[in-house]
Amino acid sequence: MELLDNLALGFSTALLVQNVLYCFVGVLLGTAVGVLPGIGPTATVAMLLPITFSFEPVTALIMLAGIYYGAQYGGSTTAILINLPGESSAAVTALDGHEMARQGRAGSALATAAVGSFIAGTIATVVLAVAAPPLARVALRFGPAEYFSLVLLGLIVSVALARGTTLKALAMIALGVLLGTIGQDIYTGTPRFVFEQRELYGGIDFVSVAVGMFGVAEILRNLENEHTRTLLVSKVRGLWPTREDRRRIVGPILRGTGLGAALGVLPGGGHVLASFTSYAVEKRISRRRAEFGHGAIEGVAGPESANNAAAQTSFIPLLTLGLPAHPVMALMVGAFIVHGITPGPNVITEEPALFWGLIASMWIGNVLLVLLNLPLIGIWVRMLHIPYQVLFPMIILFAAVGTYSLSFNAFDVYAIVFFGLLGYVLIKCGCEPAPLLLGFVLGPLLEENLRRALIISRGDATVFVTRPISGALLLLAGAALAITVLPAIRKRREVVFAEDD
Amino acid sequence: MKRRRSLPDVLAGAVFVLIGGAFALGSLGYELGTPLRMGPGAFPLLVGAIVAALGLAIVVKGLVAGELIVFGTIPWRAVAVIVLALLFFGFTVRGLGFVPASAVTALLTTLASTRVRPLMAVAVAAGLTVAGTLIFVVGLQLRIPLVGPWLGA
Repeated sequence: MELLDNLALGFSTALLVQNVLYCFVGVLLGTAVGVLPGIGPTATVAMLLPITFSFEPVTALIMLAGIYYGAQYGGSTTAILINLPGESSAAVTALDGHEMARQGRAGSALATAAVGSFIAGTIATVVLAVAAPPLARVALRFGPAEYFSLVLLGLIVSVALARGTTLKALAMIALGVLLGTIGQDIYTGTPRFVFEQRELYGGIDFVSVAVGMFGVAEILRNLENEHTRTLLVSKVRGLWPTREDRRRIVGPILRGTGLGAALGVLPGGGHVLASFTSYAVEKRISRRRAEFGHGAIEGVAGPESANNAAAQTSFIPLLTLGLPAHPVMALMVGAFIVHGITPGPNVITEEPALFWGLIASMWIGNVLLVLLNLPLIGIWVRMLHIPYQVLFPMIILFAAVGTYSLSFNAFDVYAIVFFGLLGYVLIKCGCEPAPLLLGFVLGPLLEENLRRALIISRGDATVFVTRPISGALLLLAGAALAITVLPAIRKRREVVFAEDD
Repeated sequence: MKRRRSLPDVLAGAVFVLIGGAFALGSLGYELGTPLRMGPGAFPLLVGAIVAALGLAIVVKGLVAGELIVFGTIPWRAVAVIVLALLFFGFTVRGLGFVPASAVTALLTTLASTRVRPLMAVAVAAGLTVAGTLIFVVGLQLRIPLVGPWLGA
């Protein structure tokens, strides 16, 4: 019954006019950036974050969350219609979805993606509502040693899920942690690595890191070879799947939802892993295995449900532990902090209206997304006609204005130049940018808890191993690291991610 | 395993070694403290050393058994123009004001594409400046003057 009371509180918050309005703005923007290749939710949330500073905290978070899961919906539209994933998790949707579009079944592919996403989003929202409170209670008992080990575990698991070699992903994380040490030291106030520049005392803003790595670097990559996108379908007809199709998608949607809800909790891109795993599962258990890759509707229904479910449950670690599982979640941490709320187990007790309002808004957002995506599909199709020559100057200009408005500090704009170039070089060398951003956000937490734990234990470093929860978490971290390095599993990972490009 | 050299691997590793090493060296200038009370230099020294070590490992691996990565071309024109546009914005937005800084930034950025036509560039820059002004200054009430003190306003 407590759950119902909580949900009632959530809906009474989420249904306030301004919250519904900004939820709508969020999912609308999310769908747009999901549809448009070349800009993702991370860069968008980063650019819009400064704008939300003047909002009510719950309104700001509802809108930013809407951008994130809205992008998962929009990404599938681009994948199906032009065989180009607007979002990395939609890459697998392109395999069969685009094939369906070529056979003239674009309408049912899009409808399947939207309906699957909606069902998955609804179920995953309930999972979030049920699973978050007990987890938060456990997390309340965590001390600095446990938090240090937990953050370390999170960072290492995100390596396991990153593409590319383990070594590079580890180096990117460590580099992120290192860059996070710039600015005043938390205990002594000593300015570190600031080169006598007062503007750097507060550290580098993570928004600049995100905009540079995910916005500017991505644009440079897209400008390497400019080609015109070919749009397959200019008008989508026959949205409703046939009865045969409807029967075939029920199983994949439910299995995809389960997989996605479970994998979404993992740090570092669980939604991408979820959609690939779901595709592999559907292909394995299907009686029509030969159809996969040639327009099997199960290949759209499963992965789309999985990535949307994962997008919802990736809020669990953020809301219960204060740990971001995805670069967008890392930006949400910033949004919490700006509004004077420390994300973590206390949110649920201290800000119940915010916590439950955010969860309830996700369900409302999912309803809005179905309405946006099915009847209005024509608008999104038309948006794909916007030439890149218009798009990228817009992203650059908005990135400049957005980061400048963080604190009216030109240094934040120079920082996106630096991180854009650094990100571009590293991405070209086969390093993924996401681990760096996670390391950057979690680095200060890592240092603070390490030092605090050592002060409490009077300098005894064994405390991390002797405290049971901390020891278990470190053991898990070690196991996760061993698993990613072992060749057999690495090979499987390569197979899973091989189709991503 | 066949020996294959990978230039991107070596380059990535070198970047890590360079940055990690620089931070580790820099942190020696701060107090290191004791395990009980770690000074401001201890954590960066540790992480800097880890970054440099991982970078070194990547270099070695790149020389022996590198990853096959197609480095591809670098769009020098885009890199130069976008860097210039962003620096220009940061440098002048306070002095010139929102409208002129945005217009020049947008116009410069459109030149990053090799396919750009002059008329198109001007149209895009004008459109974006108007849109940006409406969204950020009129809509979101950002506290940046439309025309700044350098232009006598």
